[in-house]
Amino acid sequence: MTFSKAILEGDRLALARLLTKVENDSQEGRDALMELFPHTGRAHLIGVTGAPGTGKSSLVNQLALHYRKTENKRIAIIAVDPSSPFTGGAVLGDRVRMRDLSGDSGVFIRSMASRGSLGGLAQATANITQVFDAAGFDIVIVETVGAGQSEVDIARLAHTTLVVEAPGLGDDIQAIKAGILEIADILVVNKADRPGVEQTEKALKTMLELAHPAERVFKHHGVTMSVSAPKRNEAAKMWIPPIQRTISTEGAGIPELADAIARHVAHLTSSGEWADRERTRLEVELEALIRQGLMNRFREEVAAGAYEKALESVIQRKMSPLEAAASLMNGRLK
Amino acid sequence: MTDNKTSPEQERKIRVLVAKPGLDGHDRGAKVIARALRDAGMEVIYTGLRQTPEMIAEAALQEDVDVVGLSVLSGAHMALTPRVMELLRNNGQEHVKIFIGGIIPDEDLRRLMEMGVTGVYGPGANTENIIRDIKAAVPV
Repeated sequence: MTFSKAILEGDRLALARLLTKVENDSQEGRDALMELFPHTGRAHLIGVTGAPGTGKSSLVNQLALHYRKTENKRIAIIAVDPSSPFTGGAVLGDRVRMRDLSGDSGVFIRSMASRGSLGGLAQATANITQVFDAAGFDIVIVETVGAGQSEVDIARLAHTTLVVEAPGLGDDIQAIKAGILEIADILVVNKADRPGVEQTEKALKTMLELAHPAERVFKHHGVTMSVSAPKRNEAAKMWIPPIQRTISTEGAGIPELADAIARHVAHLTSSGEWADRERTRLEVELEALIRQGLMNRFREEVAAGAYEKALESVIQRKMSPLEAAASLMNGRLK
Repeated sequence: MTDNKTSPEQERKIRVLVAKPGLDGHDRGAKVIARALRDAGMEVIYTGLRQTPEMIAEAALQEDVDVVGLSVLSGAHMALTPRVMELLRNNGQEHVKIFIGGIIPDEDLRRLMEMGVTGVYGPGANTENIIRDIKAAVPV
């Protein structure tokens, strides 16, 4: 029996083994992805990102528990942790926080090492979500590596992106920088029982007000002025990320978070943004594959030694990298 | 997204589940092993303390590991090990290699090896040897 058939029939061992093949980008994995693709497009992909130690894994644990109890949905979790840049090895420790989910056959947790990828996900993460999607999981939660400021690949992959913050991690300047906060569909202030939660929430609120000037009312020479409001239908279309407080060690705030996620899904479908995001995601995937294909073809076609020769000229400052690349592409350096 | 610099087929990584079954709360050894295997280029899934054999087998299945490393300091190794192996077999994972670390009396060591355990290591074992044995046991 082929992998794809076994997986569509719910074989968990076949699923686990295919995930490895897809992760290793083997031919068998690629064949199965092609066969499974028509069965994808049904799962809701939820991304969870944020700095290390904000409690992403515990939050994912609670969220999955909540969905299992209230909606009986099948949940897949992909937990990405970093690979060592030196040895390529990794310690994947997110399962430690997810032991409550053990023994539930409606949950499937897979740990992934980032394997040199820098955007907060591994290169194969998108393909892994497709396998889970085809296997009939209703919700696929992707937890990124502990992300700093620019690991934003998750926003291109997920339908709903949660950015997890915790009190005491930075001031309001951090909150107005570009990057990770901009990609949030929902902001989660986890560890809300810790001191400083008000400041964190306030900084995030200020950030949101700056990001959505239509909402802004300010004073000019003591006169309250409101900046022109957007047109009605635009306002209906606009999604302002809610800020949700949670304490994921004890599950506080989780039902409210799940409600916010459900509202976001309703917004995505009613505004047409769900389709837009699907389109963007598949476009990114297609382009990446084309880029990779062109790169491989270039390597096949470029004359042996030409690349090294060009590189050597660049190192000796005889040619600029721009010139060398142009010559190689034109086939002049043979 | 990074460019795939090497061949499209990625190098196959050895995946190891490091688990602590039973009730003792000492996981320093397990962490030292996890770290050493990481530095040897393996992907180590660390599951934490007080795992039941059922939890271990399920994690081994979901993670499609090549090796399960059990750290047992409680003396319950003769009860826990066969149970984990039985569950792995039931799941179709008889190919998974079992390594045990902990305080294991000599007479138990022989019985564990007869059971099909691949390696048993006591206090002071050299991590280099463990890495070598894992690499030898897992077909590439």
